[in-house]
Amino acid sequence: MGYDIELLEHLFRTMLRIRLCEESFVEPILRREVFTPCHLYSGEEAVAVGLSSALSRDDYVFGNHRSHGHFLAKGGSMREMAAEIYCRESGCSRGRGGSMHLIAPDVGMLGSAPIVAGTISLATGAALASSIRKDGRVAVSFFGDGATGEGVLYESLNFAALMKLPVIFACENNLYATHMPIRECRVNLPISRIAEPFGIEIHTVDGNDVLQVHEAGRQAVESCRTGKGPVFMEFMTYRFRGHVGPDDNIQGSHTDIRPKEEIAMWMDKDPIKKFEQYLKENQLLDKDRLQVIKDEVMAEVLEAQAFAKNSPSPGREELTKYVFA
Amino acid sequence: MSSHRKLQYSLAINEALHQMMEKDASVFLIGQGVKSPWYVGNTARNLLERFGAARVIDTPVSENGITGAAVGAAIAGMKPVVVHPRLDFMFYAFDPIINEAANWYYMNGGKASVPMVFWGIINRKGEQAAQHSQAIHGIFAHIPGLKVVMPATAYDAKGLMIAAIQDPNPVVFVDERLLYGFEEPVPEEIYRVEIGKGRIRREGKDATVVAVSLMVHEAMKAAECLASEGMDVEVLDLRTVKPLDKELILNSVRKTGRIVIADMGWKSFGISAEIAALVAEHAFDSLKSPILRVALPDCPAPASRILEKAYYPDENDIIGAVKKVMGK
Repeated sequence: MGYDIELLEHLFRTMLRIRLCEESFVEPILRREVFTPCHLYSGEEAVAVGLSSALSRDDYVFGNHRSHGHFLAKGGSMREMAAEIYCRESGCSRGRGGSMHLIAPDVGMLGSAPIVAGTISLATGAALASSIRKDGRVAVSFFGDGATGEGVLYESLNFAALMKLPVIFACENNLYATHMPIRECRVNLPISRIAEPFGIEIHTVDGNDVLQVHEAGRQAVESCRTGKGPVFMEFMTYRFRGHVGPDDNIQGSHTDIRPKEEIAMWMDKDPIKKFEQYLKENQLLDKDRLQVIKDEVMAEVLEAQAFAKNSPSPGREELTKYVFA
Repeated sequence: MSSHRKLQYSLAINEALHQMMEKDASVFLIGQGVKSPWYVGNTARNLLERFGAARVIDTPVSENGITGAAVGAAIAGMKPVVVHPRLDFMFYAFDPIINEAANWYYMNGGKASVPMVFWGIINRKGEQAAQHSQAIHGIFAHIPGLKVVMPATAYDAKGLMIAAIQDPNPVVFVDERLLYGFEEPVPEEIYRVEIGKGRIRREGKDATVVAVSLMVHEAMKAAECLASEGMDVEVLDLRTVKPLDKELILNSVRKTGRIVIADMGWKSFGISAEIAALVAEHAFDSLKSPILRVALPDCPAPASRILEKAYYPDENDIIGAVKKVMGK
């Protein structure tokens, strides 16, 4: 315990901002107002929020295809993200990137990209930059369990360990690589053990418990900042929706093969509900205060949606504007 | 006088690296073999001693991971030069080079650029066979967001390396080991050769030979020889493959009416095809004869030196092509 109320509020509010923002896209996607492939983060909020709350603004984050949560947790603007999902000029990537390319350099969100494992080496390089400059920054690479099948992860683990780089390899294990259960993708060992032969510090964390994530994150960041080298973190979590799109059975096509009982079990472990209950039971935030936060977040989400929908699309005459700097 | 000081091609690159690393603390060199002349010749001479292991980083054999790390460092504000002692090794690094670095600025709406150099060395000949000698500049030139430079001379090697390091975009710098010994006057001060600008190496009025890298030297030898037979050949050195100096090429063809393109890569779908298309699209009416190309046959590089002689075109192939466009 002993967390100050400001932090607890921040954790609750940020998880809720991600959830409500994600859910606000369900209808627009089904109505086909949003076309860009959206890999929704609902259910995994505690990972991005818990770990980012252990970082400072100057620290770096690289995301992947499912990075709406990483972007918001690191401090990216919700209205700019919403506008990007509508592919508008006012979006964080000016409508050139869409849902899978979210960036906010001012707050250390250095980018996200959907080539599986493609940004792991980039985060390692951001840590290399920090190490050359000796500026104390830590870099986080968020990737999924599916990325453990890619060779570049192992190249990056080796190089980071060798150079003692301040990078956190944050594996969000949601048990599925698109449609493939993880047990069909790799021998059934805990993923975190892949870091063992590189001599890298390992944390295995309940990814639906935001305080546990925050605590482990604090230790990992401290370890990186004091020059002890990289840390590998495996977060056990689950996505509430399909790999892409809003529905468990993607837009009625029944491509999500996850068992109903499994989904129900994880819904019971909803990280936001769990944390809300914890806050109430321990009388840390009362019902009224929680309601105020919920109302504020809902207002922010509605404003972001309206901003996005009312923003203009990029102009055809600017098609090739950002090919070269 | 600095303008009379002569320097080898490889040492011109070395001087560019020394001067840029001294001038800008965000520049660093990373790649396989930067400690070893066996890999990168003397291009990295004294860099480690002078700038230390934090900025001259010899790496494990992990082309994908290391190149990606260099890209990530660039996004985080550094100016890396990542070296691949053979272009063949860069295939492992296509994801960070193409998917990430080349697209980054565009797909992020101009919010972050990738100011860095991907330096790869061609190793023609030496019975090194198919995986130690490929020239893949045409593949890089195909990709939006990448610039590609190929210096033929020591002066350009220094000036283009400096320009590549200072450019805010990812630049692929391709040199050729056989050029490393070429020596010429190279200014001691820092200077840039503008990316995107070719150069007339020899003026002429009868036919244009557009060449790049080592083929510029073959073209110059061919032009000398043809001059003795009364043919006045203009030799263009592209220096930059992308963005292509279109005006230089078109102006020359409009003057001579004949063109031979001499490339380092394979004939099909490569830069010689691109230049031929450019001329056909914009200077068709100036042409007095069909466009001819001197390039590698569509065949992997052989080991046998007998086959190598058949594989790599030289001045004689250029002479033959020029005579053909001249109708002689």
